[in-house]
Amino acid sequence: MKNVGIVSYGAYIPKIRIKTEDIAKAWGKDPETISKGLGIIEKSVPTLDQDVATISVEAARAALKRCRINPQDIGAIYVGSESHPYAVKPTGTIVAEAIGATPIIKVADYEFACKAGTAAIQTCMALVKSKMIKYGIAIGSDTSQAAPGDALEYAASAGGAAFIIGGDNIIAKINETCSFTTDTPDFWRREGRKYPAHGGRFTGGPAYFRHIISNAKNLMEKTGTKPEDYNYAIFHQPNGKFPLRVAKMLGFIPEQVKQGLLCPYVGNTYSGATMIGLSSVLDVAKPGERILLASYGSGAGSDAFDITVTDLISELPRNNAPLISDFLNNKEYIDYAVYAKYRDLLYYD
Amino acid sequence: MVNGAVPRFWREIPQRYNLIGNQCGVCKKIFFPPRESCPECRRKSIGKMKDIKLSGKGKLVTYSIIHAAPKNFEGQIPYPIGIIELDEGPRLTAQIVDCKIDDIKIGMKLESTFRKIQQDGYIGAIYYGYKFKPLEDKK
Ligand SMILES: [Zn+2]
Repeated sequence: MKNVGIVSYGAYIPKIRIKTEDIAKAWGKDPETISKGLGIIEKSVPTLDQDVATISVEAARAALKRCRINPQDIGAIYVGSESHPYAVKPTGTIVAEAIGATPIIKVADYEFACKAGTAAIQTCMALVKSKMIKYGIAIGSDTSQAAPGDALEYAASAGGAAFIIGGDNIIAKINETCSFTTDTPDFWRREGRKYPAHGGRFTGGPAYFRHIISNAKNLMEKTGTKPEDYNYAIFHQPNGKFPLRVAKMLGFIPEQVKQGLLCPYVGNTYSGATMIGLSSVLDVAKPGERILLASYGSGAGSDAFDITVTDLISELPRNNAPLISDFLNNKEYIDYAVYAKYRDLLYYD
Repeated sequence: MVNGAVPRFWREIPQRYNLIGNQCGVCKKIFFPPRESCPECRRKSIGKMKDIKLSGKGKLVTYSIIHAAPKNFEGQIPYPIGIIELDEGPRLTAQIVDCKIDDIKIGMKLESTFRKIQQDGYIGAIYYGYKFKPLEDKK
């Protein structure tokens, strides 16, 4: 069967941060209890002029800066998000135009809570394998909103990553992928509503943990691998605690999770979360290293990937675009009042 | 709902998204926004103007801090608007972002970034395009 994998990658995280303690203080909660309980120190915030389209464009441009692909050879762009700027008019059209990939290109937007981006990777893989396209770009990006005062407000942040999927010159081969999906109403947002609703404690056991654990186990059964075969494991990260707990339950150790765990420093970037985690791993990965990734999207489902880094990663000019560590270091803080303005929490006509 | 600004914006997408300018085939001067003909070479340049994608890198020539913003920009004040000279020569006016007001200096190196420029309230179209931010020297 034809090889398929990642040809290049790029990410984007807005520069603005708000500390968990500042959100907690605004709502009269104990800052330390909240910050330690969630494992989140601070989160990224989009400025008024940033949204999923701008983040996706920056991530896609970063991916193109690291390789010599002619944008006209890109045959598909799929953007996964739950905060697309338009309800009707695909974000992918804006991205395709902004990277010079129009007009002979397949475009659609994806939506599956926090796993829409990994679903986009699977679609691009299939199109490459069937030779319907030469290269495809899969993007996961979000600027998710949480209702003011809701527990999700400490986590919901902004960021995204883009992966160019192809059949040759791959820096990381995707050996296998599988999915696990059920109808589980743990978290949702009704049509036309600004903020999501969730099932409280229900979001853990039968939702996040069941889907990721079942899916990761299915993947390792298919590939004949064990947790110790992997150098890195990346799990969806709605907070800083869940990914470490799910890793332990599956038999992984914290050292395998650390490089791909960004939630403590940027919050939950929703569709961007596992994709930014994978970008962070690829920033440092060496040839031959093996990566397990399991995303999670409420509603609910998980996509899992078994990935092997190839020799070509040494030739990829990773410094042609910002590394995840660059985004973590280049930051500026705002307080809750400015946050309320940036996130459109203040109603005025 | 039909909005009058949409057709003009749509026509300008190549320059707004990708800084597509053009170059006179006679004297090689580069223009942004693109021009129908070269003001120097006039009729000789007709049919010889060639589209060119600008790098988006340049330096700050001068700037002004906006404290009293037009409608829809109130949320961003105070913010800098600068005149940027691109490496290829043309000058343009753009908002400068991701830079504290105190850190702005004439002559500083900038690069273009893709941002939301404006939107028609909560219902109308969203207009995207270039703004400029401090150049991240990665090489
Ligand atoms: Zn001329």
